[in-house]
Amino acid sequence: MATMMDHERDGAQAPDEAMVRATGVRKSFGGTEVLKGIDLHVRPGEVSCLLGPSGSGKSTFLRCINHLETIDGGRLHVDGHLVGYRQRGDKLHELKASEVAARRREIGMVFQRFNLFPHLTALQNITHAPCLVRRVRKEQARAEAEVLLERVGLGGRGGAYPAQLSGGQQQRVAIARALAMKPRLMLFDEPTSALDPELVGEVLDVMKDLARDGMTMVVVTHEMGFAREVADSVWFMDDGIVVEHGEPAQVLGSPVHERTKAFLSKVL
Amino acid sequence: MTTTDSTQGDRALATRHDDIEVVPLRHWGRWAAAAVVALLAASLMASLARNPNLEWGTVGDYLFRDFVLRGVGVTIMLTVVAMLIGTVGGVVVAVMRLSANPVLRAVASLYVWFFRGTPLLVQIIFWGFLAALYQRIQLGIPFTDLHVIDVSTNAVVGPVVAAILALGLNEIAYAAEVVRGGILAVDRGQDDASLALGLTKSQAMRTITLPQAMRVIVPPMGNETITMLKSTALVAVIGGKDLLTAVQTVYSQNFKVMPLLVVAALWYLALVSVLSVGQYFLERRFGRGHGPGGSQPGLAQRWLAGRKGA
Repeated sequence: MATMMDHERDGAQAPDEAMVRATGVRKSFGGTEVLKGIDLHVRPGEVSCLLGPSGSGKSTFLRCINHLETIDGGRLHVDGHLVGYRQRGDKLHELKASEVAARRREIGMVFQRFNLFPHLTALQNITHAPCLVRRVRKEQARAEAEVLLERVGLGGRGGAYPAQLSGGQQQRVAIARALAMKPRLMLFDEPTSALDPELVGEVLDVMKDLARDGMTMVVVTHEMGFAREVADSVWFMDDGIVVEHGEPAQVLGSPVHERTKAFLSKVL
Repeated sequence: MTTTDSTQGDRALATRHDDIEVVPLRHWGRWAAAAVVALLAASLMASLARNPNLEWGTVGDYLFRDFVLRGVGVTIMLTVVAMLIGTVGGVVVAVMRLSANPVLRAVASLYVWFFRGTPLLVQIIFWGFLAALYQRIQLGIPFTDLHVIDVSTNAVVGPVVAAILALGLNEIAYAAEVVRGGILAVDRGQDDASLALGLTKSQAMRTITLPQAMRVIVPPMGNETITMLKSTALVAVIGGKDLLTAVQTVYSQNFKVMPLLVVAALWYLALVSVLSVGQYFLERRFGRGHGPGGSQPGLAQRWLAGRKGA
């Protein structure tokens, strides 16, 4: 994991060294405002869990971090860079598609429904992006993919197609696929919500392992146990804003806000 | 196919009751229908076989003549070239129609609207008589007299080239819709995953979306190919040198219209049958790993469906 940490930092750094810093982030779909001014920060090496009821904007915010959604207001910095824009004087200039793609390469993402490429084997799923966008040589990418598969407990299953794997196995391949790009930040969008209960553990174990290795992670989840055990900070969101945040023991154990209390009383 | 399956099912069921005899349901209606169909078919065959105007001997004489085989060759060539133009162009137009660029979208929509909105026969005649619109084809800087290329239209666009242009450009419009449907059938999550990995939109389209869309695109494109093979006969109106043109040229001199049309029909049937078998195997290949196994229609059904389309 050391290689992921000693990447050259290019360009200007935000003064606060945060990996993710959101200030007043807003986003609307049509006439509906789903993010109403999100303030949030994630320090390098930290695991942050976003909790809250469905429709509270957690997943939308996560998708804003790697610019799968564009924000309508506020500022969102990732690794010292403004997401999707470049500031010149008092104007924001939209980034070119190639620049957006280049930024995304530094951010891994894991989806609720895995989104593995069904026409490629597990190994090809992992080597595809490194070979295509990072121009890694095929043999090297394959060797690295074997190591990653080993790491997520799927050594030797590289030849299987996604349809031949269980949900838990697919999600672990998806994590390995994201790691193959050697990201500086990993986003998890409800990674265990589509899994049968008995398969949740194997995915969470891989994520815990990743957290121990110092990966910076933002995790949207309903797994309170995971948040309590692994997270450095939890952010409780409701109706497009962050209602309260802090250390997991504090937010989950003795929540201050009424909405947090109401939510936790239902899920715990 | 289904009839044999169900009767086999009945028998399997009957054997399980080993303590008592089970009488399967008799399908008397089917027997009656089969008898009527057999009678009608036999009388039609007999009337065709005995009809002296059909001259089956003449059909046999002409079936493998040089001019017929040359026509068959041109028909196959037209089909292949037009489908190549149509498929490649169709992918381009489909991607343009789904582009974020409004100019590309508008151009592609206009193209599909025009080429699907006018009859193929009209388009074929149009290209055949292109010289009536432009005597010379000139390529140069617009609104000046500087030309890089300057040739007579009739020298370049002969009947075969006109046929290729008409069939190919028309096919692009239809193929574009097929490809567009295939692309839209691919799960949006695939796009999210590709973009999140840092692929550009065009890389995602080429390496992730289109390969998956193939499964949806291939079967209708097989149908398009079969339709195209038969549509090539339309180019006879501009003397496109295809199979129908070849037999028309001969029967306009010797008046053996029916035998020569039967010769052409037999060749079309044979070619369509070959394509139908090919399509069956293509579908099997691209359907791999999707849906429950064994639900594919049988080869015989596929072949009959292809003929019905003919």
